[in-house]
Amino acid sequence: MYSAFLIKYAEIAIKGKNRYLFEDALVSNINYQLKTVDGDFHVRKENGRIYVEMQGDYDYDETVTALKRVFGIVGICPVVLTEDEGFDKLVEDVIAHIEETYENKNFTFKVNSRRARKNYPMTSMELNAALGEKILDRYPETKVDVHNPQVMINVEIRPKINIYSVEIPGPGGMPLGTAGKAMLLLSGGIDSPVAGYMISKRGVTLEATYFHAPPYTSERAKQKVVDLAKKVACYSGPIRLNIVNFTDIQLYIYEKCPHDQLTIIMRRYMMKIAEHFAKETKCLGLITGESIGQVASQTMQSLAATNEVCTMPVYRPLIALDKQDIVEISEKIDTYETSILPFEDCCTIFVAKHPVTKPNVEYIKKSEEKLAEKIDELMATAIDTVETIMVEAE
Amino acid sequence: MEAYLDNSATTRCSEKATALMIELLTQDYGNPSSLHMKGVVAEKYITEAKKKIAKTLKVQEKEILFTSGGTESNNLAILGSAFANQRAGKHIITTAIEHASVGSPVAFLEENGFEVTRLSVDKDGVISLEELKNALRPDTILVTIMQVNNEIGAVEPIEEAGAIIKSANPNTLFHVDAIQSYGKMRINPKKANIDLLSVSGHKIHGPKGSGFLYIKEKTKIKPIIFGGGQQKGMRSGTENVPAIAGLGAAAEEIYANLEENVSRMHELRNYFIQEVEQISGVSVNGKKTDENAPHVVSVSIKGVRAEVILHTLEDRNIYVSAGSACSSNKPAISSTLKSIGLPAELLDSTVRFSFSIHTTKEELDYALSVMREVIPMLQKYTRH
Repeated sequence: MYSAFLIKYAEIAIKGKNRYLFEDALVSNINYQLKTVDGDFHVRKENGRIYVEMQGDYDYDETVTALKRVFGIVGICPVVLTEDEGFDKLVEDVIAHIEETYENKNFTFKVNSRRARKNYPMTSMELNAALGEKILDRYPETKVDVHNPQVMINVEIRPKINIYSVEIPGPGGMPLGTAGKAMLLLSGGIDSPVAGYMISKRGVTLEATYFHAPPYTSERAKQKVVDLAKKVACYSGPIRLNIVNFTDIQLYIYEKCPHDQLTIIMRRYMMKIAEHFAKETKCLGLITGESIGQVASQTMQSLAATNEVCTMPVYRPLIALDKQDIVEISEKIDTYETSILPFEDCCTIFVAKHPVTKPNVEYIKKSEEKLAEKIDELMATAIDTVETIMVEAE
Repeated sequence: MEAYLDNSATTRCSEKATALMIELLTQDYGNPSSLHMKGVVAEKYITEAKKKIAKTLKVQEKEILFTSGGTESNNLAILGSAFANQRAGKHIITTAIEHASVGSPVAFLEENGFEVTRLSVDKDGVISLEELKNALRPDTILVTIMQVNNEIGAVEPIEEAGAIIKSANPNTLFHVDAIQSYGKMRINPKKANIDLLSVSGHKIHGPKGSGFLYIKEKTKIKPIIFGGGQQKGMRSGTENVPAIAGLGAAAEEIYANLEENVSRMHELRNYFIQEVEQISGVSVNGKKTDENAPHVVSVSIKGVRAEVILHTLEDRNIYVSAGSACSSNKPAISSTLKSIGLPAELLDSTVRFSFSIHTTKEELDYALSVMREVIPMLQKYTRH
């Protein structure tokens, strides 16, 4: 059993004076993710490295799953940490590592030694050669290949000796909490949870707003959105979710405006309300799951019309992705199964047979003038009656 | 005020059944197969429940087999009789309006080499005996017909059907899904030539997870659950004694004052139909007379989606079903409503109100007043 994981991170390492901020965030995020995993974990920084050390028994798979959710990590290396007790002991430890890690020893390998501690009695080259020879002696079925080895056995002489040969890819990105906060417009669909995940991956903390339209949408549709937020929160940390009752606004628009413009006008008001909450909680931008041309309300003209009401930047991480690519990510982050549950959301209940695909902002504004009498009051009510819940990872 | 009008989905468990079950879960919790006293005590409860149930149908105790509910009873009746009789023939007759717990095992057999005839129904959901007569063949091994349809409450002519089937071929088995009819009418399997009859406990104020299959003596049928050989090998698995006892108590209770309760429910139904049809755009499906089941009213509301009216009513503590929703989590268009020829625009605009012995006129008046208020408002906003 490995006693530690070596955590590799890429982008952070090139940060300048702020680097410690990123590293500290990473350490604290690793601690957060490991809280729910059985085992006694200790996370520490050491010379531009982060180690997760385990005391006693722990669940290897659960630990790796948790670490794979920490943005900023590019690689997770199960590592053997030993004291320097001479070359013979080192050979023993390297062999033990190979024995434990590889059932089938029919592979090509290379030993890659590095000395952070230069007073070690052998040079890196000497270590490579000596260890390689011992491995070949012990496992004659292995072969050395210094150019394209199947297994790279890393031996690093630091205060302790590090032995590792496996690197499990992490999610990449930047540590959460290092980039500010943004407001996700979350629906029950496939796209918006993925959009939230992607922005969160850049270190952004999330809040979310969901619009429902009871009785046209059901309690189950709302529960579905809460469930999706829980899934995203596995990566992004707790999400504050605003649930806005949009029924009256929607019916009012339906009553007053041309039906082929309903979706666009509705989305404009959704953006306005979401931006209101975003400003209230000091978010720095909005996030949507829009992708060019996916549906009538996501043509470039429609996006422009929707965008026009926003004063904040709107981040659209899926803008150039195909549906299939989005589905793949949603499967990876485990939101897909929930997203495809067949409950209607408020974007689909009054959708016109032939909605406009190339809306002209001027016409849309003209239509919106017909809402002048009551819309401010309805918006205020929708904002006042918001239900806010804290959604934690599940 | 609250109005639970979804009793065809499930009912509240009777107090008597509940009390009995608690006793069996906490005190007389023995395994009826155990040789010691605890086991013997548990077994007595099963015998007692069997006795009560057999009496309601005027059949023998040994002809009652306990199951986990209506779905299992239907599966066992259909799959078990098909497996046991397939050498005599591979033709099965059913109807176009069966519940999925009949429709799906029949479809499974169809995929596996059986031939299936599905009888059509008229605008009230009733089969034609003429069509049944013509569908019967020498190789027909099973006819399965529901007694009361779960979506519109249509009552099928079971006795006449039984006579026709048996006069064509006494070996053809006759299965009746009585899940919506048991406890709503007197059923006499012997008189109606029924070989297999499915019942569910939670539709008659018994517990969920309880049910039985009446299997006429000497009927050729094979088990579909194998194991420790309980219930003479026909249905392995430790008997769910609390549920069985609860089912027995509920069955006895529901048949104690049956005629009185049924005529009261008919009165309520007639009243509800008369009032609800006065709301603009509202129509009732199936027969509006006492020929229909006393507890089901299928209501179509023009221009309002079923889910929308359902949630609007829910908001006022009135609980109903959209289409047939003992199973329907997913929005699938009901086969019954299609089969009775309901116009396409009403298929997705139909809700079911279903009553129990506890339903009161006050509840119905409350539901009606809410509907009078909200339906015109909802009809203003229709999807294009």
